[in-house]
Amino acid sequence: MIALRELALRRTADRVDTQMQDWRRAAQGGALGQPVWATRDALLACIGPGEGGEAVVRSTARLATQSDLPWHAVFVDAPAQQRVDPAARQQALRALKLAQDLGAMTVTPTGIGVAQALVRYAREHNLSRLVLGRRQGRRRWRLSMTERLADLTPDMDMLQVPLPKKAPGRQRAADTPAKKPHWPGYAAAVAACALVALLAGALHGVLELTNIVMLFLLAVVGVALLYGRGPATLAALLGVAMFDFFFVPPRMSFNVSDVQYLITFAVMLVVALVIGQLTAGLRAQAHAATEREGRVRGLYQMARELSAALAAEQVAEIGARFLQAELGARSALLVADDANRLRLQPGASAEVDMAVAQWCFDRGEAAGRGTDTLAPSAALMLPLKAPMRLRGVLAVLPAQAMLLTLEQRQLLDTCASLLAISLERIHYIQVAQSTTVQMESERLRNSLLAAISHDLRTPLAAMVGLADALALTQPALAGEQAEIAQAIRASSLRMSVLVNNLLDMGRLESGSVQLRRQWQPLEEVVGSALAACAPSLQGRDVAVRLAPEVPLLHLDAALFECVLVNLLENAVKYTPPATPLQIAAEPQGEAVRITVDDEGPGLPPGREEAVFEKFERGSKEAAAPGVGLAICRAIVQAHGGRMHGENRIVDGRVAGARFVITLPRGEPPQDDGSQAAVLPDNAMP
Amino acid sequence: MNEPRILIVEDEANIRRFVRLTLAAEGYEVFEAASLERGLIEAGTRRPDMLVLDLGLPDGDGIDLIRDLRAWSQAPVIVLSARSREDDKIAALDAGADDYLVKPFGAGELLARVRAQLRRWQDRTADGAPQIAFGDVVVDLVKRSVTHAGDALHLTPIEYRLLVHLAQHGGRVLTHLQLLQAIWGPGHSEDSHYVRVHMANLRKKIEADPSRPRHLLTEAGVGYRFVMSE
Repeated sequence: MIALRELALRRTADRVDTQMQDWRRAAQGGALGQPVWATRDALLACIGPGEGGEAVVRSTARLATQSDLPWHAVFVDAPAQQRVDPAARQQALRALKLAQDLGAMTVTPTGIGVAQALVRYAREHNLSRLVLGRRQGRRRWRLSMTERLADLTPDMDMLQVPLPKKAPGRQRAADTPAKKPHWPGYAAAVAACALVALLAGALHGVLELTNIVMLFLLAVVGVALLYGRGPATLAALLGVAMFDFFFVPPRMSFNVSDVQYLITFAVMLVVALVIGQLTAGLRAQAHAATEREGRVRGLYQMARELSAALAAEQVAEIGARFLQAELGARSALLVADDANRLRLQPGASAEVDMAVAQWCFDRGEAAGRGTDTLAPSAALMLPLKAPMRLRGVLAVLPAQAMLLTLEQRQLLDTCASLLAISLERIHYIQVAQSTTVQMESERLRNSLLAAISHDLRTPLAAMVGLADALALTQPALAGEQAEIAQAIRASSLRMSVLVNNLLDMGRLESGSVQLRRQWQPLEEVVGSALAACAPSLQGRDVAVRLAPEVPLLHLDAALFECVLVNLLENAVKYTPPATPLQIAAEPQGEAVRITVDDEGPGLPPGREEAVFEKFERGSKEAAAPGVGLAICRAIVQAHGGRMHGENRIVDGRVAGARFVITLPRGEPPQDDGSQAAVLPDNAMP
Repeated sequence: MNEPRILIVEDEANIRRFVRLTLAAEGYEVFEAASLERGLIEAGTRRPDMLVLDLGLPDGDGIDLIRDLRAWSQAPVIVLSARSREDDKIAALDAGADDYLVKPFGAGELLARVRAQLRRWQDRTADGAPQIAFGDVVVDLVKRSVTHAGDALHLTPIEYRLLVHLAQHGGRVLTHLQLLQAIWGPGHSEDSHYVRVHMANLRKKIEADPSRPRHLLTEAGVGYRFVMSE
């Protein structure tokens, strides 16, 4: 009961949650200020740069699995973090990837501040619990992320995961490429300050000192806009120094006559630094936004083109074009065929190491450069994961020998999944097409068979009938004429049997026979078969020995009658007149064994199998080669049974041929309808 | 009394000719039609005692003709069909046909079927007979008893109903569906093994050799036919 109640409550919570999420999204603008409503627990793992991310992700994943909660993982991509060294970002990216593999929804939102971006994301998705890393030995004076978050979100739960101590300096030495110094920027900063100094020097008599300060500040803003943070800082410092040296009396000296100027310097320096930083930050954000927009536009364009693609080659070409344009990367697309062999699509511009590609495909994991596996390989291999199965591998060879940034990596992942979905779509288009073609050809074959059977049988039916009618004409035919009419009739009938057999064989072989199986007593089928070949049996003695334990069998009565008729007529054809025949049946384990015996010369030794071939005859004397036994076997097999022929050996000599049919017993219905009948009350005395 | 009038609806001229020759030689009055439309007109104007109808007509399905005909006439209908078209036969029988012949068929078979149906048709007023007798078996409809060579036979209620229903429609082919509906009512159209099981039991009680029945004949994949005598 408690478990049921828990289930019901969870279900309700889920429902409320979904409805509320919809509402929140609908009222997006206004909802951001809304507090989180804890309708259903959901976790948000906040990944920072560096090696702590993985620990956070693993803890969150464990928590989420324990209480069966949905969870998200976020790495905030703020401009402040673009100064983070690439190795740390790479680690964050890996942690994010891990989160994705563990079932999280992963996002990298942007924002001015990490805390704000986190809160914004949590609010948007109504996530009530944040999981963060806590590092020991944190610098005391800085407000920790947790505290900042706590200030912003008094309504959220905060879980802290202890992180291992940093191994200082190791990473930087290990795999950070030396930062390229921005000499032109710094030179420009110096030049700008010098220019302002010159200009102000020329106008010294005209301009107030305050305005000269403004000119220096302008220079700082300009430098910040064009060259970013470092040069702006240099320009700010240089500006204050030059202002002091050239303009503040006593001029041409760093001495200051009026102490008040110290305040001017301080304010000027602070303002210049702040403006410089802000401007540079703005510029970086604008830059990032433009890049992002460009990438998104590229993705849109690719998605649109992919939606029109009808062949794998087109997909490969579109993908290659996109990667070239967005990342300047060369690429190759390998598509798996039905046998899971990777085939290189034409238009590839990168060399592909097939071994790495195969590994990537077999494991469904990225391999090659920038990953944990086969990192020395030149190219990065991404598996193309579509909803149904892996569709292939995308090999990317980035232009510069650099590590891919987080955004680029995510762009690649998006690109790979777009390609995968397109390939899957194309695969199913092909499946649908081939199915249509197959159905069409089947329909054609059926109508052809029907037409042939009608066209062949109708004249035969007319011949049989007309031969009979001839015998009825007045005056009555003379003896010999009547015999001829009879011969025409017999030949036509034989022809008709042959045509029927051939058409049946055609039907059975083309697989277009639909069995009309029903549960029935074997006796009934044997009875109708005996009745059907009564004319050809010519009064032969046919013993029927069906064990009473034989259950109902699941048979197509008409087809199975055809099997028995064929066997009986064969027996008549190949055995001396008036020798007896026997039909017997008995249950045998999970099967039922039906035998048809004769007392003729038996099957030619060593050719017991050959008689089932089409157009085989038992002996040379027999008149018409046929498909009779081949049809019998095909019908029995269609019923899930087996059929073979053998010779009955009695006292060391052949006593006759025996054909054995083994049919699965199946599960006959137990109910015989005795209770279900609608009977009047007084049906019986 | 006039000779029985028989209408042949068949598009194949040679088969039509053979059927006409055969029936005319027996002394029946024969009319012909080569299409469904023509067949309906002839049936309406000539008022035949019987129809011989091909199912595959150029301008439509013979089954439609049977349905139309059954709206105003109970005259027997014998359907001509190709082998391995059990579904067509069953549909025709369910629509109201009385018997079928598989092409190719001989004059003897045709005449035997025609005679049986006409006899049934002419005896239709003589129903209400208190007894049905065939072979050694006598079914007393008043006393609801069955005897075999004078000895009382014990039949279950279902077997009795099955036997009486078949005997009252002697000479007609009854499909599994028709028998199911007569005895089990609607809603059992998938349970054709009901009929088969009880039919097998009935045969064991009535037929001398159940695997070679003389009265309760099986039409493989289609249904059953009751025959009074050989």
